[in-house]
Amino acid sequence: MRKAAVLLAATLALFGCATTGGQSANSASAAEDRSAAGVFDPDPFPSTYRPYPGVPTVIRGATIYDGEGGQIDNGMVYFADGRVQAIGQSLEVPEGTTVIDGAGLWVTPGIIDIHSHLGNYPSPSVAAHQDGNEITGNNTANVWTEHSVWPQDPGFSRALANGGVTTLNILPGSANLFGGRSVTLRNVPSRTMQGMKFPDAPYGLKMACGENPKRVYGSRNQTPGSRMANVAVARQAWIDAQRYRDQWENYRENGGSPPARNLRHETLAGVLDGDILVHNHCYRADEMAIMIDMAEEFGYSIASFQHAVEAYKIPDLLREHGVCSAMWADWWGFKMEAYDTVFENIPMVHNGGACAIVHSDDDNQIQRLNQEAAKALADGRRAGIEISDAEAWQWLTINPARALGIADETGSLAAGKRADIVLWNGDPFSVYSRPQMVWIDGALLYDMTNPRLRPISDFELGQPGEGSVR
Amino acid sequence: MKALIVLLTALIVAVPASAQTFAITGGTVVIGDGSEPIPGGTVVVRDGRVVAAGANVAVPAGAQMLDATGQWVSPGIVGGFTRLGLVEVSAVAPTNDAAASESEFSAGLDIAPAVNPLSAAIATNRTGGVTRAVVAPRTSSTIFGGQGAIIDLGADMDAVMRPRAFQFVELGERGAARAGGSRSASYAMVRNALDQAQRYAANPNAYGGQTSDALLNRVDAAALVPVVQGRVPLIVHVEQARDILNVIGLRADYPRLELILVGVSEGWTVANEIAAAGVPVIASALNDLPEQFEQLAATQSNIGRMRAAGVQVAIGMIDDNDAHQIRYSAQYAGNLVALNNVPGATGLSWGEAFATISSYPAEIMGLGSEIGSLRPGRRADVVIWDGDPLEVTSNVDIMLIDGVQQPLTSRQTRLRDRYLSIEERQLPQAYEW
Repeated sequence: MRKAAVLLAATLALFGCATTGGQSANSASAAEDRSAAGVFDPDPFPSTYRPYPGVPTVIRGATIYDGEGGQIDNGMVYFADGRVQAIGQSLEVPEGTTVIDGAGLWVTPGIIDIHSHLGNYPSPSVAAHQDGNEITGNNTANVWTEHSVWPQDPGFSRALANGGVTTLNILPGSANLFGGRSVTLRNVPSRTMQGMKFPDAPYGLKMACGENPKRVYGSRNQTPGSRMANVAVARQAWIDAQRYRDQWENYRENGGSPPARNLRHETLAGVLDGDILVHNHCYRADEMAIMIDMAEEFGYSIASFQHAVEAYKIPDLLREHGVCSAMWADWWGFKMEAYDTVFENIPMVHNGGACAIVHSDDDNQIQRLNQEAAKALADGRRAGIEISDAEAWQWLTINPARALGIADETGSLAAGKRADIVLWNGDPFSVYSRPQMVWIDGALLYDMTNPRLRPISDFELGQPGEGSVR
Repeated sequence: MKALIVLLTALIVAVPASAQTFAITGGTVVIGDGSEPIPGGTVVVRDGRVVAAGANVAVPAGAQMLDATGQWVSPGIVGGFTRLGLVEVSAVAPTNDAAASESEFSAGLDIAPAVNPLSAAIATNRTGGVTRAVVAPRTSSTIFGGQGAIIDLGADMDAVMRPRAFQFVELGERGAARAGGSRSASYAMVRNALDQAQRYAANPNAYGGQTSDALLNRVDAAALVPVVQGRVPLIVHVEQARDILNVIGLRADYPRLELILVGVSEGWTVANEIAAAGVPVIASALNDLPEQFEQLAATQSNIGRMRAAGVQVAIGMIDDNDAHQIRYSAQYAGNLVALNNVPGATGLSWGEAFATISSYPAEIMGLGSEIGSLRPGRRADVVIWDGDPLEVTSNVDIMLIDGVQQPLTSRQTRLRDRYLSIEERQLPQAYEW
């Protein structure tokens, strides 16, 4: 905590009073959490992120997708103090507000990528940087991928400037049945992971079904070596976590000496308590159905299936159980469980009444998630599935925000939410459009027309091509 | 379902058999040679070849008419560098013929028999407007991958248009690793191979190379003879500025080499040298990350800057879903157009961007007079789109290869149709086909 406090002080000294309110509130609630837990700090690596200073700004005359399915033509968005203040056709704004003419431009909430490996599989992707997956056991629920995140990954800046990505969820890999905890980040350059960490965002747990776990461990003559063992090992882990959770509950109610902490069980118990959200890597429809039943057996819910290549076969099941599907527009053929891709997967899931998300899992496509959504939308329409542009934008913002448990804070342009905003230089569902300006918490962190507002990572400083528009 | 059936019916337009003359009128016509699109143009096709295309094209008497009003008409996309047709499922080894890690042979490998015209990847990329592709082997145990081919994506068994069209070699970081751990090793290896090929050419009967410990066996030496003699181009994968210049420098000792560079992320930093050497480039379009140390200067402006310097450049897909997603080529080209609005970036005009996925790769492979454009005499690889072909929301309505209309169905469209409705039914989906 001490280091964090020093860092905070430094940040505050630099950016003045714009941020003090949030800081004291967070510290207070963290202290309460600790006293509730009584024995250990549930937040030992707390966020030190504070919004950077912004100026009250209004964009007017733009086409606005609000992120929740609404569209305002020739509309206005007003944001100040890091938050969206108002959105509408015509707004009164205080004198001195910076006015941006959005005629011919589009405004959307910042894109949220629910599946990224920026930071834990950074560029350059040399062996020394392969920190995204602890491939040493079938259950590594004890690892927290935030401890692998390298904030100097040049990919963050590309996702910001080319992709309009303002929030990302970094997931551990899928070699294990339980890959570890994910972490949600603000896409701001920072010296530390903590300086990017989304304040108060819940942790996620990466789970995996299918080919990866059984291949990785089966090839070492370890379990799981089959899909049936995938499920058996996972169920046993839940049974063990239930017992662990009971021990702690007993301790809290009856006192005595606290049970020995176990980081693996602790993460799973956090899921059973509803504090940690499950993001379950799963491709095939039949396996997703099994994962849903396993979740019911142990009383947890699945926030999202990741990849969900065959989600189009079971939108009813996904809708009934309230599970989001985070999907590519069109990846296919790289392995057996990705053979049944259809390019209409995303619109078919949406059309079936289930929650659809466009994800990247890729340091290149994270720079074009708007185009990936556009491809899926167009393919859906050609198959007779009519979804409006504004409705489809939910796939990029509010739906991932919900699956990450941060929808009260971001994911749409509702008054009171963080001012995570992208101004596009054209229709964002066109290949010809790019982010023109990107704000995170109301701070302008990218401006296409201002070369100084283009972050360059430490890694790229002094290297060939430094400063070139990427 | 109803909407879909109506839509599909509308799309099934009978294109005349190839022996006849027909004219596609009213559409926005893309020639593919770098020129800008022509609204309300006409394309005339006869006997599987383009007779004429553009504005003010006379429609021959008796020609059958196809109205493309509101649509775009372009040459088919030419995949500039791919592994298309070699792979069904990448991770399923028996279906993946891109590399041969256990083979005794390297440069002598010929991918022609590995191309599967019925692979799902060919049908799927056809639905994305791709009609031809440069297909290369992957390297595995050494720097040479073998002899690649030019294929068409027609729905027939006759896919290989030109076998043994080029030799493929790795001379960047991967080449160094394949050769034994350094660029010194990869250059020793490539020079030795070219020297041995010359020895083989001088007297094949005297050439040894029958034993497994020979530095270059007979099969591989024979395959390199047309390369060192400049009759077959050598496609070299390099990314870094140093490697680009080193490869160009090989011509000092092997003056007849017909070099083509692929990848070339740092090409813009030595664009003038590449242009002066007259070496064409099949570049990755949107690489903008230092994924490897050999790509530190990577930027999306690479192709635009090389083009501005006078380099002959096409878009290729090396190591980028290169067996499955050649259809991304059009999206990539569209992104290069978008760069024109980004201060400090260098993009391409729309016409040039389209040419990087049509006539430019064709010309680089020596096939510009056959494919890649709608100039007179070219094979009638014609795609009719429902909109701007570089736009991500556009789709293919009709495709011709050699003047023959192609099916636009695939496993994927069949799966889609099966599951468009998941309502309760009398029998499971398995009975619907």
